[in-house]
Amino acid sequence: MSIRTVTFDAIVVGGGGAGMRASLQMAQSGFKTALISKVFPTRSHTVSAQGGITCAIASSDPNDDWRWHMYDTVKGSDYIGDQDAIEYMCSVGPEAVFELEHMGLPFSRTEEGRIYQRPFGGQSKNFGEGGQAARTCAAADRTGHALLHALYQQNLKNGTQFYSEWYAIDLVTVGDKVAGVIACCIETGEVVFFKAKATVFATGGAGRIYSSTTNALINTGDGIGMALRTGVPVQDIEMWQFHPTGIAGAGVLVTEGCRGEGGYLVNKDGERFMERYAPNAKDLAGRDVVARAMMMEILDGRGCGPNGDHVYLKMDHLGEEVLHSRLPGICELSITFGHADPVKEPIPVVPTCHYMMGGVPTNIHGQALRLSGGHEGEAKQIDGLFAVGEVACVSVHGANRLGGNSLLDLVVFGRAAGLYIEDALRQGMEQAEPTADDLDRATARMRRWEDSTGGESVAELRNALQSTMQNAFGVFRKGDLMQDGVKKVAELRERIANGHLEDKSKAFNTARIEALELDNLLEVAEATAIAAEGRNESRGAHSRYDFPDRDDENWLCHSIFDPNTKKLGKRDVNFKPKTVDTFQPKVRTY
Amino acid sequence: MKVSIYRYNPETDKEPYMKEYDIDTQGKDLMVLDVLNLVKEKDPTLGYRRSCREGVCGSDGMNMNGKNGLACITALSTVAPGVLEGRKPLILRPLPGLPVVRDLVVDMTMFYNQYEKVQPYLQNDTPAPAIERLQSPEEREKIDGLYECILCACCSTSCPSFWWNPEKFLGPAALLQSYRFLADSRDLATDERLSKLDDPFSLFRCRGIMNCVSVCPKGLNPTRAIGHIREMLLERGV
Ligand SMILES: Cc1cc2nc3c(=O)[nH]c(=O)nc-3n(C[C@H](O)[C@H](O)[C@H](O)COP(=O)(O)OP(=O)(O)OC[C@H]3O[C@@H](n4cnc5c(N)ncnc54)[C@H](O)[C@@H]3O)c2cc1C
Ligand code: SF4
Ligand code: SF4
Ligand code: FES
Repeated sequence: MSIRTVTFDAIVVGGGGAGMRASLQMAQSGFKTALISKVFPTRSHTVSAQGGITCAIASSDPNDDWRWHMYDTVKGSDYIGDQDAIEYMCSVGPEAVFELEHMGLPFSRTEEGRIYQRPFGGQSKNFGEGGQAARTCAAADRTGHALLHALYQQNLKNGTQFYSEWYAIDLVTVGDKVAGVIACCIETGEVVFFKAKATVFATGGAGRIYSSTTNALINTGDGIGMALRTGVPVQDIEMWQFHPTGIAGAGVLVTEGCRGEGGYLVNKDGERFMERYAPNAKDLAGRDVVARAMMMEILDGRGCGPNGDHVYLKMDHLGEEVLHSRLPGICELSITFGHADPVKEPIPVVPTCHYMMGGVPTNIHGQALRLSGGHEGEAKQIDGLFAVGEVACVSVHGANRLGGNSLLDLVVFGRAAGLYIEDALRQGMEQAEPTADDLDRATARMRRWEDSTGGESVAELRNALQSTMQNAFGVFRKGDLMQDGVKKVAELRERIANGHLEDKSKAFNTARIEALELDNLLEVAEATAIAAEGRNESRGAHSRYDFPDRDDENWLCHSIFDPNTKKLGKRDVNFKPKTVDTFQPKVRTY
Repeated sequence: MKVSIYRYNPETDKEPYMKEYDIDTQGKDLMVLDVLNLVKEKDPTLGYRRSCREGVCGSDGMNMNGKNGLACITALSTVAPGVLEGRKPLILRPLPGLPVVRDLVVDMTMFYNQYEKVQPYLQNDTPAPAIERLQSPEEREKIDGLYECILCACCSTSCPSFWWNPEKFLGPAALLQSYRFLADSRDLATDERLSKLDDPFSLFRCRGIMNCVSVCPKGLNPTRAIGHIREMLLERGV
């Protein structure tokens, strides 16, 4: 198969916050940079982020300190976040946020003219001793939209070359090295080899492995799928965050900022039950803690509604003015999807799959890593491959991400990867040269679908996969149920390998894209299932009936899933920040 | 219920046509996007864009029973009387005035070009401070109702002036964004921005028909923004 080749210094796959921050960095410095995105960049999932970006910019509290933010993040991660990476994110954060403001991001403002910050869950002053902090920088409740548009605008200004509505199919590898990606133009069906010295994955999350999720329909874990298919491992992939406040039935999110602004959760008796579970932080405890408390209320028969399957988020006491000025988007969403106007009545909410803490392991420069022995051994860099944003696991979120820390992760590490690649390009980076066989390997999966003549439909297979994950790998997990889930996913692998793509047309063929996405959902689901079944403890978002306690003796570590052997191994967490003392693991209470 | 959808595949169809589907919605007041997803499970060849399914990404602008809007936040009961009850069909067409790529997918190039023409980025060459640039809440309030645009093109593709002069008239969406920067206290390119708009077409082709306002799914008001720019231009002319 002959294939057109286009060549760049660097290509970024993904036009969300992470990808566009990385491409901007390189384009600003004059490097020939392409950004490939399966949707027009401002339609990426980052646009949905509501509450804000957490960072110690010392606006709300002039004495705020990035070390306090670091403490909260380490604690939030249930101690398996890497402390060198968290230190980097929290200390560099203010610079990255001020840059966003200079780019034009329309943050909300304080009377002093500074950026408005609101309280979010898991935030404290003075290393947990000084009470609730307000550290999340916000543009009303549309921070992601404001951030994504500002970044797109700056990329336009700086001449990034956009390939919008191009779909990356697979990595092109030469031995252990990455030479670029194969991508397909959705509008015409043309398949092209994008060749570059550096390939940056910024493909976002994969919430669509579950049937109920706050994630966009495009969040199918394509980057994870591409990585796993070429033997790149994933780390902590069992760690999925369930957000406390998904609108019941619809899955659409209402931000933690609702509770930050003073809203709280009640059960069917009208009781503010978080006072029992987290006496100090109450509704602003870590997300894993709040989600579990909600599920306990529901399972104990104190849920609301005719089926008792959700609880209420009450905000009417905040008054119309606050709701309409601080949370205008939430009011719209709640009326449209929850049939409740928060000014007058509570919103029905239920914990909903929200965020993938795990991902491609990287160092703080975004360089992807693999272990010398597959699932064990020394970590070493993969030449030519980088990952930033939700697809990456650097790891700043460990077993539980704090609200507002993802947007910060995107811009800090998007920028860091850009800076690193610029430097490497100046010093001379090698371009791996693929053979025809190497290219063939990267187009094999597409040809498999093209050649399919019968079998189950993509929609059928996807529904089966999603309900398997929803039932066996939710908020609470159990050994036997998970073993069964692992088996079902293995069966689905067989079925999907025989799935059928009926429509073989070229022009804007969304059926083809959905088939290719299904392969990726499967890869993420399988890795999640095996890793979740393997981690025999409860930590952060991973909560097991059969192993209810945190086990620091055996599991104060990352998990590593090796796709070649399907084995789960362990990797050390970094406990050596450069400028502050190590935060030692403690019992985690809020 | 009956759903009638505009179909066109350039590889196989000489002409576009309307295709009828019978969809069981179990009487639920679904969003139009949910209905499309049900159709696609039966007929995977149907093409349409979608991403966020909550009205913030701007992917699924389309024409529903004659009115432009976002499929994901338009409930059947609000499309037209009788649609939810199955007494009238749901009729879906691509956004008018742009070339059709396939089915409900239009070629947005022209729309994006107009956006790029207004230099949609903050311009301020003064050295940036070590922290953020200060802006009072009152100054910040001036860009409310402007920055929220999701580039869905519902407005521009309902504007007669845009249909007739797409090359020269910038259209409501781009003009709204132009005003978003004109109104931003941090932007210093006011004069340059205004000069670029000061010709008979770019802005002055707006006839105040207000179609744009009535369809904007985010409740924004391009006509008002155009009015403000008009005032700025006139003031500058004096
Ligand atoms: C509803 C909601 C609200 C949130 N609110 C907040 C918040 O307030 N604060 C916070 O910090 N975090 C929040 N988060 C989390 C945060 O928004 C996400 O983690 C983050 O936006 C992910 O950004 P990203 O750049 O990694 O990827 P995304 O924004 O998801 O972008 C992925 C990009 O990759 C592209 N892509 C993917 N696959 C392919 C492929 N095969 N080929 C080509 N392109 C591809 C897509 O087109 C897209 O451009 C929220 C999440 C949700 C779901
Ligand atoms: S008011 Fe102006 S921009 Fe809006 S639809 Fe009418 S002519 Fe078009
Ligand atoms: S102004 Fe409204 S209708 Fe027009 S593109 Fe923006 S959001 Fe869409
Ligand atoms: S799918 Fe995003 S606006 Fe409708």
